[in-house]
Amino acid sequence: MPMVEVAGKEFEVDEEGYLVNLADWDENIAGYLAQEEKVELTENHWEVVNFLREYYGEYQIAPAIRVLTKAIAKKLGADKGNNKYLYELFPYGPAKQACKIAGLPKPTGCI
Amino acid sequence: MNDEMDMEEEGGVVKQFMFVNRKAPYGTIYALEGLEVVLISAAFEQDVSMAFIDDGVYELKKGQDTKSLGQKNFSPTYRALEGYDIEKLYVERESMEARGLTEEDLLVDVVVLDRAEMAAKMDEQDVLISF
Repeated sequence: MPMVEVAGKEFEVDEEGYLVNLADWDENIAGYLAQEEKVELTENHWEVVNFLREYYGEYQIAPAIRVLTKAIAKKLGADKGNNKYLYELFPYGPAKQACKIAGLPKPTGCI
Repeated sequence: MNDEMDMEEEGGVVKQFMFVNRKAPYGTIYALEGLEVVLISAAFEQDVSMAFIDDGVYELKKGQDTKSLGQKNFSPTYRALEGYDIEKLYVERESMEARGLTEEDLLVDVVVLDRAEMAAKMDEQDVLISF
Protein backbone atom coordinates (compact mmCIF):
# COMPACT_ATOMS: atom_id res chain seq x y z
CA MET A 1 0.00 0.00 0.00
CA PRO A 2 1.16 3.55 -0.70
CA MET A 3 3.41 5.36 1.76
CA VAL A 4 3.18 9.11 2.26
CA GLU A 5 5.56 11.43 4.06
CA VAL A 6 4.33 14.49 5.94
CA ALA A 7 6.53 16.70 8.12
CA GLY A 8 9.22 14.01 8.25
CA LYS A 9 6.84 11.26 9.32
CA GLU A 10 6.03 8.33 7.05
CA PHE A 11 2.65 6.67 7.09
CA GLU A 12 0.61 4.23 5.09
CA VAL A 13 -2.70 4.88 3.31
CA ASP A 14 -4.98 2.43 1.50
CA GLU A 15 -6.05 2.54 -2.17
CA GLU A 16 -8.79 5.03 -1.33
CA GLY A 17 -6.48 7.25 0.69
CA TYR A 18 -7.64 6.25 4.16
CA LEU A 19 -5.01 6.14 6.87
CA VAL A 20 -4.13 2.51 7.62
CA ASN A 21 -2.96 2.87 11.23
CA LEU A 22 -5.18 5.00 13.39
CA ALA A 23 -2.29 5.54 15.81
CA ASP A 24 -0.24 7.33 13.10
CA TRP A 25 -2.69 10.24 13.03
CA ASP A 26 -1.65 13.72 14.01
CA GLU A 27 -2.68 17.22 12.98
CA ASN A 28 -0.13 17.41 10.18
CA ILE A 29 -1.46 14.21 8.70
CA ALA A 30 -5.01 15.56 9.04
CA GLY A 31 -3.84 18.60 7.09
CA TYR A 32 -2.44 16.38 4.35
CA LEU A 33 -5.58 14.22 4.17
CA ALA A 34 -7.74 17.37 4.00
CA GLN A 35 -5.63 18.72 1.18
CA GLU A 36 -6.14 15.48 -0.72
CA GLU A 37 -9.90 15.96 -0.24
CA LYS A 38 -9.61 19.64 -1.28
CA VAL A 39 -11.01 20.73 2.06
CA GLU A 40 -9.57 23.76 3.82
CA LEU A 41 -9.72 23.04 7.51
CA THR A 42 -11.39 25.72 9.63
CA GLU A 43 -12.33 25.64 13.29
CA ASN A 44 -15.74 24.25 12.30
CA HIS A 45 -14.10 21.40 10.40
CA TRP A 46 -11.87 20.58 13.36
CA GLU A 47 -14.89 20.46 15.61
CA VAL A 48 -16.39 17.67 13.48
CA VAL A 49 -13.07 15.86 13.01
CA ASN A 50 -12.40 15.88 16.74
CA PHE A 51 -15.94 14.79 17.44
CA LEU A 52 -15.45 11.80 15.13
CA ARG A 53 -12.21 10.84 16.83
CA GLU A 54 -13.92 10.91 20.20
CA TYR A 55 -16.83 8.86 18.85
CA TYR A 56 -14.43 6.28 17.44
CA GLY A 57 -12.48 6.18 20.69
CA GLU A 58 -15.65 5.39 22.55
CA TYR A 59 -17.40 2.97 20.17
CA GLN A 60 -14.66 1.66 17.85
CA ILE A 61 -16.64 2.47 14.71
CA ALA A 62 -17.10 5.44 12.45
CA PRO A 63 -20.77 6.45 12.70
CA ALA A 64 -23.24 6.36 9.83
CA ILE A 65 -24.17 9.84 8.62
CA ARG A 66 -27.64 9.73 10.22
CA VAL A 67 -26.08 8.79 13.54
CA LEU A 68 -23.39 11.44 13.17
CA THR A 69 -25.85 14.29 12.56
CA LYS A 70 -27.95 13.20 15.51
CA ALA A 71 -24.97 12.91 17.84
CA ILE A 72 -23.59 16.29 16.72
CA ALA A 73 -26.99 17.92 17.22
CA LYS A 74 -26.97 16.59 20.76
CA LYS A 75 -23.47 17.78 21.53
CA LEU A 76 -23.02 20.96 19.47
CA GLY A 77 -26.60 22.04 18.82
CA ALA A 78 -29.19 21.64 16.08
CA ASP A 79 -27.62 24.41 13.96
CA LYS A 80 -24.61 22.10 13.47
CA GLY A 81 -26.29 18.73 13.69
CA ASN A 82 -27.94 18.80 10.29
CA ASN A 83 -27.06 17.61 6.81
CA LYS A 84 -26.89 21.08 5.26
CA TYR A 85 -24.25 22.34 7.69
CA LEU A 86 -22.18 19.17 7.50
CA TYR A 87 -22.32 18.97 3.70
CA GLU A 88 -21.21 22.60 3.47
CA LEU A 89 -18.12 21.67 5.46
CA PHE A 90 -17.55 18.33 3.69
CA PRO A 91 -19.20 18.54 0.25
CA TYR A 92 -18.37 14.97 -0.78
CA GLY A 93 -20.06 13.45 2.23
CA PRO A 94 -19.35 14.30 5.85
CA ALA A 95 -19.12 10.70 7.01
CA LYS A 96 -16.69 9.81 4.26
CA GLN A 97 -14.54 12.94 4.05
CA ALA A 98 -14.50 13.89 7.71
CA CYS A 99 -13.74 10.30 8.71
CA LYS A 100 -10.87 10.20 6.27
CA ILE A 101 -9.39 13.42 7.63
CA ALA A 102 -9.87 12.14 11.18
CA GLY A 103 -7.80 9.09 10.24
CA LEU A 104 -10.69 6.68 10.77
CA PRO A 105 -11.64 3.74 8.59
CA LYS A 106 -14.44 4.15 6.07
CA PRO A 107 -17.77 4.11 7.91
CA THR A 108 -19.65 0.82 8.02
CA GLY A 109 -22.47 0.91 5.52
CA CYS A 110 -21.10 4.02 3.86
CA ILE A 111 -22.91 4.40 0.57
CA MET B 1 -38.15 27.75 15.29
CA ASN B 2 -36.08 27.15 12.26
CA ASP B 3 -35.61 23.45 12.47
CA GLU B 4 -34.41 21.35 9.63
CA MET B 5 -36.10 18.11 10.41
CA ASP B 6 -35.66 15.45 7.82
CA MET B 7 -39.00 14.76 6.21
CA GLU B 8 -39.85 11.13 6.62
CA GLU B 9 -40.67 9.56 3.30
CA GLU B 10 -44.08 8.01 3.26
CA GLY B 11 -44.51 4.36 2.41
CA GLY B 12 -42.33 1.29 2.60
CA VAL B 13 -43.28 -1.77 4.60
CA VAL B 14 -41.67 -2.03 8.02
CA LYS B 15 -40.86 -5.60 8.93
CA GLN B 16 -39.68 -7.07 12.17
CA PHE B 17 -36.12 -8.32 11.82
CA MET B 18 -34.39 -10.27 14.54
CA PHE B 19 -30.68 -10.96 14.35
CA VAL B 20 -29.81 -14.01 16.40
CA ASN B 21 -26.30 -14.21 17.83
CA ARG B 22 -25.15 -17.63 19.02
CA LYS B 23 -21.37 -17.55 18.82
CA ALA B 24 -18.58 -16.33 21.09
CA PRO B 25 -17.18 -12.96 19.98
CA TYR B 26 -13.77 -14.14 18.81
CA GLY B 27 -12.56 -17.32 17.14
CA THR B 28 -15.03 -16.99 14.32
CA ILE B 29 -16.09 -13.98 12.28
CA TYR B 30 -19.82 -14.44 12.96
CA ALA B 31 -20.20 -12.02 15.87
CA LEU B 32 -18.41 -9.13 14.18
CA GLU B 33 -20.05 -9.70 10.81
CA GLY B 34 -23.43 -10.01 12.50
CA LEU B 35 -22.92 -6.72 14.29
CA GLU B 36 -21.94 -4.97 11.06
CA VAL B 37 -25.03 -6.27 9.30
CA VAL B 38 -27.16 -4.95 12.15
CA LEU B 39 -25.54 -1.52 11.92
CA ILE B 40 -26.12 -1.41 8.17
CA SER B 41 -29.70 -2.62 8.56
CA ALA B 42 -30.40 0.43 10.72
CA ALA B 43 -30.27 2.56 7.56
CA PHE B 44 -33.35 0.79 6.18
CA GLU B 45 -35.62 1.90 9.02
CA GLN B 46 -36.96 -1.51 9.86
CA ASP B 47 -37.99 -2.80 13.27
CA VAL B 48 -34.70 -4.42 14.29
CA SER B 49 -33.93 -6.44 17.39
CA MET B 50 -31.06 -8.68 18.45
CA ALA B 51 -31.15 -11.92 20.40
CA PHE B 52 -28.19 -13.37 22.30
CA ILE B 53 -28.33 -17.11 22.88
CA ASP B 54 -25.80 -19.85 23.74
CA ASP B 55 -22.20 -18.54 23.54
CA GLY B 56 -23.62 -15.42 21.90
CA VAL B 57 -24.18 -13.99 25.40
CA TYR B 58 -20.39 -13.65 25.68
CA GLU B 59 -20.51 -11.00 22.94
CA LEU B 60 -22.01 -8.59 25.49
CA LYS B 61 -19.66 -9.43 28.35
CA LYS B 62 -17.94 -6.48 30.02
CA GLY B 63 -14.18 -6.24 30.23
CA GLN B 64 -13.20 -8.01 27.02
CA ASP B 65 -9.46 -7.92 26.43
CA THR B 66 -8.24 -9.06 23.03
CA LYS B 67 -4.60 -7.98 23.29
CA SER B 68 -3.18 -11.49 23.32
CA LEU B 69 -5.45 -12.46 20.41
CA GLY B 70 -4.09 -9.67 18.24
CA GLN B 71 -7.66 -8.75 17.27
CA LYS B 72 -9.63 -5.58 17.71
CA ASN B 73 -11.93 -5.52 20.72
CA PHE B 74 -15.20 -4.54 19.07
CA SER B 75 -17.35 -4.92 22.17
CA PRO B 76 -17.62 -1.11 22.72
CA THR B 77 -19.56 -1.00 19.45
CA TYR B 78 -22.55 -2.69 21.10
CA ARG B 79 -22.89 0.49 23.14
CA ALA B 80 -23.28 2.46 19.89
CA LEU B 81 -26.42 0.52 18.94
CA GLU B 82 -28.61 2.88 20.93
CA GLY B 83 -27.50 5.78 18.72
CA TYR B 84 -28.58 3.68 15.73
CA ASP B 85 -32.02 3.30 17.33
CA ILE B 86 -31.47 -0.40 17.91
CA GLU B 87 -32.62 -0.72 21.47
CA LYS B 88 -34.26 -4.13 21.58
CA LEU B 89 -31.58 -6.48 22.83
CA TYR B 90 -32.85 -9.78 24.18
CA VAL B 91 -30.71 -12.19 26.14
CA GLU B 92 -31.77 -15.72 26.98
CA ARG B 93 -31.76 -16.35 30.72
CA GLU B 94 -30.83 -20.04 30.48
CA SER B 95 -27.80 -19.31 28.29
CA MET B 96 -26.63 -16.61 30.67
CA GLU B 97 -27.08 -18.75 33.77
CA ALA B 98 -25.34 -21.75 32.22
CA ARG B 99 -22.29 -19.52 31.80
CA GLY B 100 -22.43 -18.02 35.28
CA LEU B 101 -23.36 -14.58 33.97
CA THR B 102 -25.90 -12.05 35.21
CA GLU B 103 -27.19 -8.81 33.71
CA GLU B 104 -24.52 -6.92 35.69
CA ASP B 105 -21.84 -8.67 33.64
CA LEU B 106 -23.17 -7.18 30.40
CA LEU B 107 -22.03 -3.91 28.85
CA VAL B 108 -25.43 -2.73 27.60
CA ASP B 109 -28.98 -2.68 28.93
CA VAL B 110 -30.83 -5.79 27.82
CA VAL B 111 -34.15 -7.50 28.29
CA VAL B 112 -33.72 -10.97 29.76
CA LEU B 113 -36.18 -13.56 28.46
CA ASP B 114 -36.49 -17.19 29.43
CA ARG B 115 -36.37 -19.79 26.70
CA ALA B 116 -40.13 -19.95 26.18
CA GLU B 117 -40.43 -16.16 26.03
CA MET B 118 -37.57 -16.00 23.55
CA ALA B 119 -39.29 -18.59 21.37
CA ALA B 120 -42.48 -16.53 21.46
CA LYS B 121 -40.51 -13.38 20.56
CA MET B 122 -38.96 -15.20 17.61
CA ASP B 123 -42.37 -16.34 16.51
CA GLU B 124 -43.49 -12.70 16.21
CA GLN B 125 -40.76 -11.83 13.73
CA ASP B 126 -41.13 -11.47 9.99
CA VAL B 127 -37.47 -12.27 9.40
CA LEU B 128 -34.93 -14.15 11.52
CA ILE B 129 -31.27 -13.99 10.60
CA SER B 130 -28.90 -16.22 12.50
CA PHE B 131 -25.18 -15.69 13.07
